[in-house]
Amino acid sequence: MSGSSTNAATDAGPVRWLFVKDLQILRRSPLLVGLLVVYPVALALMIGFAISSPPGKPKVAFYSGVAPGKGRISFGNQQIDISRYASQLFQSIQAIKVRSPAAAIDLVRKGDAQAALIVPPDIVPQVQSLVTNGVGNPTVQLVLNSKDPLERQFADQAISSRLGEVEQAVSKQVLRVAIGDLQQVLNGGTINFAGQNVRLLGLKVSRSIVEGAIASLPRRSPLRPALRQVVGFAGLAIAGLGFASPALGSIATPLTVEQTQLAGRTTPTDAYAVAIAVIVSLMLLALLLAAGLLAIERSENAYTRLVRGLVTPGRLLTEKIALAAACAAVVSLLMAVLVSLFVSLEWARFELWVLALGCGGLAFGALGVAIGGLAREVSAASLMALLLSLPVAFVALVPASAVSGGVGTLLDVLAFVFPFKAALQAASNAFSATSPGMLGPVVHLLVLAAVFGGLGRLAVRRFA
Amino acid sequence: MSTTAPAPDAVATLAARSLTKRFGERVALNEVSFELYAGEIVGIIGPNGAGKTTLLSILSGVLASSSGEITRTPRETGWVPQQPALYSQLTVAQNLRLFARLEKLADPEAAVQRMLRETALEDRADEQVARLSAGNQQRVNVGIGLLCEPPVLLLDEPSASLDPRQRERLWEFIGGLADRGTAVAFSTHNVAEVERYASRVLVLVDGELLFGGSPAELERAVGGELRDLEGAFVRFLHERGH
Repeated sequence: MSGSSTNAATDAGPVRWLFVKDLQILRRSPLLVGLLVVYPVALALMIGFAISSPPGKPKVAFYSGVAPGKGRISFGNQQIDISRYASQLFQSIQAIKVRSPAAAIDLVRKGDAQAALIVPPDIVPQVQSLVTNGVGNPTVQLVLNSKDPLERQFADQAISSRLGEVEQAVSKQVLRVAIGDLQQVLNGGTINFAGQNVRLLGLKVSRSIVEGAIASLPRRSPLRPALRQVVGFAGLAIAGLGFASPALGSIATPLTVEQTQLAGRTTPTDAYAVAIAVIVSLMLLALLLAAGLLAIERSENAYTRLVRGLVTPGRLLTEKIALAAACAAVVSLLMAVLVSLFVSLEWARFELWVLALGCGGLAFGALGVAIGGLAREVSAASLMALLLSLPVAFVALVPASAVSGGVGTLLDVLAFVFPFKAALQAASNAFSATSPGMLGPVVHLLVLAAVFGGLGRLAVRRFA
Repeated sequence: MSTTAPAPDAVATLAARSLTKRFGERVALNEVSFELYAGEIVGIIGPNGAGKTTLLSILSGVLASSSGEITRTPRETGWVPQQPALYSQLTVAQNLRLFARLEKLADPEAAVQRMLRETALEDRADEQVARLSAGNQQRVNVGIGLLCEPPVLLLDEPSASLDPRQRERLWEFIGGLADRGTAVAFSTHNVAEVERYASRVLVLVDGELLFGGSPAELERAVGGELRDLEGAFVRFLHERGH
């Protein structure tokens, strides 16, 4: 027949025309396409923001019974202003200062504050007594709202950790004073006592003086043995106190944490959050597009018309995967570029961004056509894609340490057979040169794309 | 419109030989053989599940037969499925253009314009298919099947969703094609349509071809005293235990 002759100019392959057709269909539904882009991007940004942002400061009703300017405790010849440390506490909380303990508790009860911190008026004498005599029980009262367990835990952790720091800072200051006084006992110096500067002799000088006095005494003087005992005691005291100073210093800074990273360079939290947000967006877009576009072929009864010699099922699936991957990669790449204005990502590795998102898009697109092939109907395919995507992300993000061994292994297997984890590793590496490198995740993604593409090919047999 | 049987020495435009289709243990088509000749319209009738759609699907290349052979490739036959196989979000012209390109026609745009003329849809070319009536959608459906000017056109219950006026226009169009030499085969449950438009009738029952001849021959086969083909068809089935 004359009309069916082939022309080289139009022999560019049916995939090209299917590509054009799918873009025309998408253009016909701007609202749907807009939703398809905005929804995953918004969801991804929210997830990324939640992961990267530190929790806000809890609202805490704060009452202090200590009068202004009365927060000083004396220690030896020095004074420590413990009210100064309250300001450290306010770095972790959003303090609502109240005039009475009852008002503080009332705010918590009404839900206007998540907790109340009450500092009693006797806190200063209690600390003074503890420091001076070793007897005292300085106590602050923490009242937590028990309605919301998560908020309660959050406020409790924020206040308790900061109180611990304050406690440590006070003890550090006390020890510093104690060490200074010991040094003066050893070496001598000047102290202020009742407004007068008084010179202290110091053990070392005292010993020298006594040794000089012994030398000047007659050999048989009865004072010599007694003074030698004094010199011996001074020597022992000097040696003992010489060891005591560093020992006390070590108590003042009780713990030093040395971090060791075993897994190579780790992803900065912000970059990791961006990677998660971008991959969530990539996943939703690619899955929904590929599943929906393939299911349309069945819903519109066009599949049988296409595969009776116009295009092979394999090429049809390839077109869906490629289109979904391209659209999803472009949107998620734009998203990464925009986010990089606020979060530090390595622009020098931009070509790896493209590689990671392209390969991720292919794997998710292939998973999408497998879903579209199984569902056969657009709404069912979209629902299946949505229902599957959230657990796929979940199993990849659950930390191995958060679950028991058997469940952890199961989650590892699931994370391995779906593309989210590999895509996340590839994106993390592309954004910030982290371990593992690009090769493993990229190969993993391409293998998954081939496997899911094959499953999609089997599934569309049911279309005919 | 052609209503006569082919001449004995005519060369078949399409020949099906011993077509058999099995779905597992079930035999959907059993050794079905027949020919289609240029310019004739052949109606395929039979009870539900007789194998009509299976037969047309195999002839059009949608399904592969378990055994047997067909003298035409799927690309040489026009195929009009029962449900319009169109992209409802695209316009009439976009649908025609897409399939013209996929058919790799020498001049896709000329083929689109020709088909718009032949289906009388020139003024609806830029209208979205979803907004067309069922009759017009079926016209586009048929138009796509005819884009490559196939020598054989296969239609699966083409008038099932059409009102009488739309049916009339569809058959005028198909009759015009047959007049220009296209061999047409269609399946239907509407025996009156076969009586009115088909030159030959094939009766398919339980996957077996029990009769092939003109409507008048079918009437004669059951005694000839019945007034219409539908009555003859029912009696034919009854006499053969169906």
